[in-house]
Amino acid sequence: MTNNGKPRTLFEKVWDAHTVRDESEDSPAVLYIDLHLVHEVTSPQAFSMLRERGLKVRRPDLTIGTMDHSTPTTPRNELGIIPVADAMAAKQLDTFTRNCDDFGIPMYALGDEHQGIVHVIGPEKGLTQPGMTIVCGDSHTSTHGAFGALAFGIGTSEVGHVLATQTLLQNKPKTMAVNVEGKLEEGVTAKDIILAIIARIGIGGGTGHVFEYRGEAIRDLGMEGRMTVCNMSIEGGARAGMVAPDDSTFEYISGRQHAPSGAEWDAALAKWRQLPTDDGAAYDQEITLRAEELIPMITYGTNPGMGMPITAAVPAPDDERDYNKKTALDKALAYMDLQPGQQLLGKPIDVVFIGSCTNSRISDLRQAAKFIEGRQVAESVRMMVVPGSQQVKRQAESEGLDEVFRSAGAEWREAGCSMCIAMNGDQLEPGQYAVSTSNRNFEGRQGKGGRTFLASPLTAAASAVAGVVSDPRAML
Amino acid sequence: MEKLKHIQGTVVAIPVNDIDTDQIIPARFLKVTDKDGLGKAAFCDWRYLEDGTTPNPDFILNNPAYAGASVLIAGNNFGCGSSREHAPWALIGAGFQAVISTEFADIFRNNALKNGLLPIIVDEETQRQLFSLADEDPTTSVSVDVEAQRLTLPDGRQIEFPLDGFSKYCLLNGVDQLGYLLNLDDEVRGFEARNPQRVETTA
Repeated sequence: MTNNGKPRTLFEKVWDAHTVRDESEDSPAVLYIDLHLVHEVTSPQAFSMLRERGLKVRRPDLTIGTMDHSTPTTPRNELGIIPVADAMAAKQLDTFTRNCDDFGIPMYALGDEHQGIVHVIGPEKGLTQPGMTIVCGDSHTSTHGAFGALAFGIGTSEVGHVLATQTLLQNKPKTMAVNVEGKLEEGVTAKDIILAIIARIGIGGGTGHVFEYRGEAIRDLGMEGRMTVCNMSIEGGARAGMVAPDDSTFEYISGRQHAPSGAEWDAALAKWRQLPTDDGAAYDQEITLRAEELIPMITYGTNPGMGMPITAAVPAPDDERDYNKKTALDKALAYMDLQPGQQLLGKPIDVVFIGSCTNSRISDLRQAAKFIEGRQVAESVRMMVVPGSQQVKRQAESEGLDEVFRSAGAEWREAGCSMCIAMNGDQLEPGQYAVSTSNRNFEGRQGKGGRTFLASPLTAAASAVAGVVSDPRAML
Repeated sequence: MEKLKHIQGTVVAIPVNDIDTDQIIPARFLKVTDKDGLGKAAFCDWRYLEDGTTPNPDFILNNPAYAGASVLIAGNNFGCGSSREHAPWALIGAGFQAVISTEFADIFRNNALKNGLLPIIVDEETQRQLFSLADEDPTTSVSVDVEAQRLTLPDGRQIEFPLDGFSKYCLLNGVDQLGYLLNLDDEVRGFEARNPQRVETTA
C-alpha cells in the first residue's frame, strides 16, 4: 500500500484514502468522514443551523446518536425509567430526540439497552473499524484511534458541516511517534502509560500533531487499554492518537453487531492488514518511554500534564525557571491546596470515581472489582462506579461485579459521563478531593471548587479502600 | 458571520498559561440549545465569588477600567481541553473580537475562526510586552489589519501573525465554510462512488 513507492505512516494511509480534495495554497483538504457520532450537548446549534438553511443530514446512515453527557446516572424508578431532575438537561435531551427523529438519525436514548458514552458504544457495536475517519463534537473522539482509525474531536460548526456534507475542511496535521518499549510491571496500567507521556511532553506538547503509539508495551495492551491511551491524546494537545491494527484489533471487532462477516470479513481483513506504518516511513517527531521504568502515576495539579509517579513529591514552583510555568504551578497548588515537596501518598480523599470514556469499560471494572473484592471502601470515602454503557453494565452484572462494588460500600450507577464532566448532578463539593479515573483535572471540572487527582482504576480502588491516596502495588 | 477586516480595541490581560475551555465556560452552562447569553458565563468561576453571582473584585474582567476591552491577551496554549464551541461563543458574547497568545489549542483555534473571533499568535517577547502594557495602562489599545495579518502595538511596532488563506478569505468576506463544502457535492458523490464500502449505522 505504498504510494509511488514512498513509505507512509498509518496516519498518512488513512488520510490519503479520505481526501476528496487535496490541500492547496488556497484551501485546506476536504476530508470524507466515515462515521459521525453525535450527542446531546454539542449538536443542538448544528441542527438549528440545518433547519435555518433548509438542509438535510446527507448521510444519516453514517451517523449515530447517543445520550451521555447530561444524563443522570441515578437508579431507575419502579417503571424502569431513569428520571431527569434537571429541567435544562431534560429540555436538551428532548431537543436531541426531536433532532434525531426529524433528520432520520438512529439514536440510543437514556434508558435504552444500547445507550452509553459515545466513545464506549462506537467500538462496542463494531462501528469503529480500522482505517476509518471518525469525528464527534467531543475532544475524546481520539479514543477510536485505538483501532487504527483517524478519529478526532470537532466543534459544533464542524458538526454542522459533517451533518450537511459528510466532509470536513482540514489542514494536514504533523505526526509524532510515541514509542513505549518493554514490558509493564504488575500494578502499572494503560492509564499510567498515558499519564506518563503527557507529564513528559506537557499539555500542549502534541499541538498540531497526530500521535502514533508504538512499541511492545502498546502491543501488549488489550484493545481497551489502547483505547485508554488514545483517549487522552488530546490531553497532550494532539487531536488524534492511533495504534496500528493487529490480531488483537481484529479479534475484538469480530462478531460485533456492525462488524463485517463472511467474505466481507476476509476482504476487510486483507485491507486492514495493509494499514500499519511502512518500514522507513518518517514521523515529524518521535519520543520513547521505557515501560519498565513506569510506576503508577497521579496528577497533582490542574491540568493533565501536571502528573508524577505516585511515590514522588509535589514539585516546587521556585525550582521552575520559566516564569510562565512557575506562575501556573503556583496557581495550581493554591487551587489544590497542596505544598511544594508534599507527598500525595497518604493524603486523605473524599471521593473515588471510576468511570468516564477513559476508564469505564469492562476490563477497567474487572480490574477495580478484583482489587476491591473482600475489602471495604473506607468510611470517609464516597466511591462511585459508573459503567460506560448499558452493555458494559449488563456484562458487569452478569459477572457479579456490581455485587462486589455494592458490598464493599460503593455506589453502582447507570451509564453516562457522570462525574467526569459534572453536568448531571454527579459532582464534587467545593474543597473535596477525588481520585478519579477520568481524563481532566481542570479547576472545577468535577464540580466547582472540587480537586481532582487523575489515576488508574487500580490506584483509585486502592485509594478508596485506604481512604488516602495509595500505591496499589503495595496492596496487590 | 459578519465581515472582519479591522479590529481597534483596548486590551485586557489574563497572564495564565494553558487556559482550558472549562475555565472559559464551565460545563454546567452547556445545557443550552442555542448560543445566546453565554457571555455572562465567560470565565464564570474566576469572575464570580463562591455564590456564583457576586463579582470577584480581584478578577481583571471585573475591573471597570477594563470594561469594553475587545482584545484578550493570554498565557501560552490558550483554549486547550474540551472541543466545546461554547468557548468562542462565550468570549464573543463577552465582547471580544481577538485573542492573543503564543499558541492556541487546535480545536479552539478552528472553532474561533468559524465564529469571527481572531486568534493572533505572537512571540513570547511581544506577549510579555502586552502583559505589562495592559497592566500599567488600561487604555492600552492595539489595532489589527486582517488582510495584512498585522498587529500594531501602541508604540507603533508592527507584528505579522500567521493566518491560513482560506480562513482569512472567510473572515474578510463574512462567509462561512459550509457554503464552500456544499458546492463540492459532485466531488463528494464521485468519492463515494469510487469508495462504496461503508459501515452503516442503520444496518
